[in-house]
Amino acid sequence: MSAVPGLPADYDIAVTVPRNGVTPPARPGRGRWKDRAFEWLTRLFALLVFSILAAILVSLVAGSLLSLERNGVAFLWSDDWDPVKESFGALVPIYGTLLTSLIALLIGVPVSFGIALFLTELSPAWLKRPLGTAIELLAAIPSIIYGMWGLFVFAPLFQTYLQPHLIATFGAVPGIALLFEGPPLGIGMLTAGLILSIMVIPFITAVMRDVFELVPPMLKESAYALGGTTWEVVWRVVLPYTKVGVVGGIMLGLGRALGETMAVTFVIGNAHRLSASLMAPGTSIASALANEFTEAVGDLYFAALIELGLILFAITTVVLAVSKLLLSRLARREGTRT
Amino acid sequence: MSAISSANATYRARKRTNAVMLAVSGAALAFGLLWLVWILATLLYEGGSALCRASLYTQMTPPPGADGGLANAIVGSLLMVASGTLIGTPVGILAGTYCAEYGRSGWLASATRFLNDVLLSAPSIVIGLFVYSIYVARVGHFSGWAGSVALGLLVVPVVVRTTDDMLKLVPNSLREAAFALGCPTWKVITLVTYRAARTGIVTGILLAVARISGETAPLLFTSLNNQFWSLDMNSPLANLPVVIFQFAMSPYADWHRLAWGGAALITLAVLALNVAARVAFRRRA
Repeated sequence: MSAVPGLPADYDIAVTVPRNGVTPPARPGRGRWKDRAFEWLTRLFALLVFSILAAILVSLVAGSLLSLERNGVAFLWSDDWDPVKESFGALVPIYGTLLTSLIALLIGVPVSFGIALFLTELSPAWLKRPLGTAIELLAAIPSIIYGMWGLFVFAPLFQTYLQPHLIATFGAVPGIALLFEGPPLGIGMLTAGLILSIMVIPFITAVMRDVFELVPPMLKESAYALGGTTWEVVWRVVLPYTKVGVVGGIMLGLGRALGETMAVTFVIGNAHRLSASLMAPGTSIASALANEFTEAVGDLYFAALIELGLILFAITTVVLAVSKLLLSRLARREGTRT
Repeated sequence: MSAISSANATYRARKRTNAVMLAVSGAALAFGLLWLVWILATLLYEGGSALCRASLYTQMTPPPGADGGLANAIVGSLLMVASGTLIGTPVGILAGTYCAEYGRSGWLASATRFLNDVLLSAPSIVIGLFVYSIYVARVGHFSGWAGSVALGLLVVPVVVRTTDDMLKLVPNSLREAAFALGCPTWKVITLVTYRAARTGIVTGILLAVARISGETAPLLFTSLNNQFWSLDMNSPLANLPVVIFQFAMSPYADWHRLAWGGAALITLAVLALNVAARVAFRRRA
C-alpha cells in the first residue's frame, strides 16, 4: 500500500528494480478510468482462469455425489465393475492407469535421458536444432494417431514377433513369471505402456535438455580439466546438479501418461478384469470414460464414471504440483548460485 | 602421461564405459526418431491414396459398404476449431496480460500461473466431462457449441502461458520510454508491449490450434458425431477425430481406409501448424 496520496495502491516506490514490468508514474486527471478499466478487465480474466478450475472441481464433485454417498471410500479398492448389478469399484481402472504409466516411465525416462545427453553434449551444433525439432514433433502427433497406429500396425507385429518370445523367456523365470502369463494378444497393458512411453519421451526430453543447459559451464569445464570423460561429467556433475529438475520433468511426463485417453483406449483391450500379467488386457480411468460415458445408463453408473474422472483429475493435479515444486526449487538454487 | 594412462586398466575401463554410454545415447535418439518416421510412413502409406481422391473432400461420411468421403467431418472440425480458438484466445491473452503486466509476482498472478499450469496438464477427457456436466447435461443434447467450449478451454492455458512468457521478455526500456512520453498504462500495453511480443503470442495461438485440432477425448462427450452434412452449431456436429475413432474401431475395411485418410490429413495439418509456428518464431529471433 502506498503511503503517498494520489498514487495507485500498487505503486512500488522503486527501492529495487521490479522483476518485470515498469511501475507507471501516477497520472492525475482525466483518462485514468481507462487505465483502471483495462487493468480490471485483465484482472477479471485472470480470475476467470482461477474460477474455471474451481468450477471443474465443483462440477466433478457434484456429479459424483451419488456415487460418493453410495459407494463411500470402498470405491477406491473395490475391483467390482458391474453396470447391470450397479456395483462399481475403481480399483481396476486405477491399477491400469498407474501400471501403464509406470511402464511408460520405465522405458521413457532412460531413452529421454539418452536423447537429452546426445542433444546437449554430443550433437554437432548444426544437427541440434533439426534433431531437437524432430523429437518435439513426436509430441505434436495427435494421440488418436498413436492409438490407431498402435492397434493396426504395432500390435500385430508385437503379437507375432515379440510377445511369444517374451512369454517363452520370462514366463519361465520364477518370480516374474506371473507378469508374463497368458496368450499373446498384441493388445494389453504392455502395449499401452509402450505406446505411452513414446508419447512421454518428447516431454521429458524437453525438460531434461532445459535443465542440463542450466549447469554452469564452469562446473563442467572443471570436471573435464580433471580428466573426466563425457559420460563421467554427465553422470557425476550434470545429473547431480540438475537432479531436482530432472525429477520434475519426469513428473511432468507422468502427468501426461496418466491422463492420456485415445492412444490407450485403442490398445489396452478395455477389460474390467484385474490381472497381474502385463500381457493381459485391462482398462485405465481415461479409457473407461471414453468407452462407457456416452453409453452409460442409470444415475449411479454416471456418477461412478464422473467419480473416476475426479480421481484422475486429483492424481494429475498432485503430480503436477510436485513437479512444479521441484522445478521451481531448481530455478531458485540456480538464482542464488550464479 | 600417455604411457602411464594407456597402461592403466582403470583408465581403459573408463574410456570403454564412456564409449558404450555415448553409443547408447545415440541409440536412444535413433529409437526416438524411429517411431516418428515409422508413424509418418504408415500414415502416408495407408492414407496416401485416400488423401489423393477428391471424394474425400466432397462427399459425406458413408454408411458401411458405400463410397464416401469426410467432407462433413472436415467442415465440422474447422468450425469447432475456429470457434474454440475464438473463445479461448481473448481469455488467454487478457489473463496472460494480467500475469505479466499487472500481477507480476503478486499473489493473484502467482496463483493464476499455478492454476493455469494445472489446467494445462489436466487430462483433456476431464475437460470433456466438465463441459458435459455444465452444458450438455443442462441443454439435454450434444452440440457443436459444447465441443467449441471444450476446445476453447484447452486453448486458454496454452495462450495464457505464452502471453505471460512473451510479455515478460519485452525489455523494460520500451515500457519506460512509452511512459516517459506520457502514455497511460493501457496504451503502453496495447500499443507497445503487445506489438513487441506479437510474434511470440501468435506462435502460442498456432500451437494451441495445433493442439486442439487433434483432440478427440473432449469431443466424445460434447459434439459427438453426425453422419450428415450440418453447419448447425447447436446440434451434434461431425468432426474428424471422432469419425476417425468410430471408423477405426469398426470392422469395415472401407471405413478403415477413410479413417487412415482422415488420420493422414489431420496429422499433416497439425505438423504443418507446428512447423509454421516454429518458423514464425525463429524469424523474429
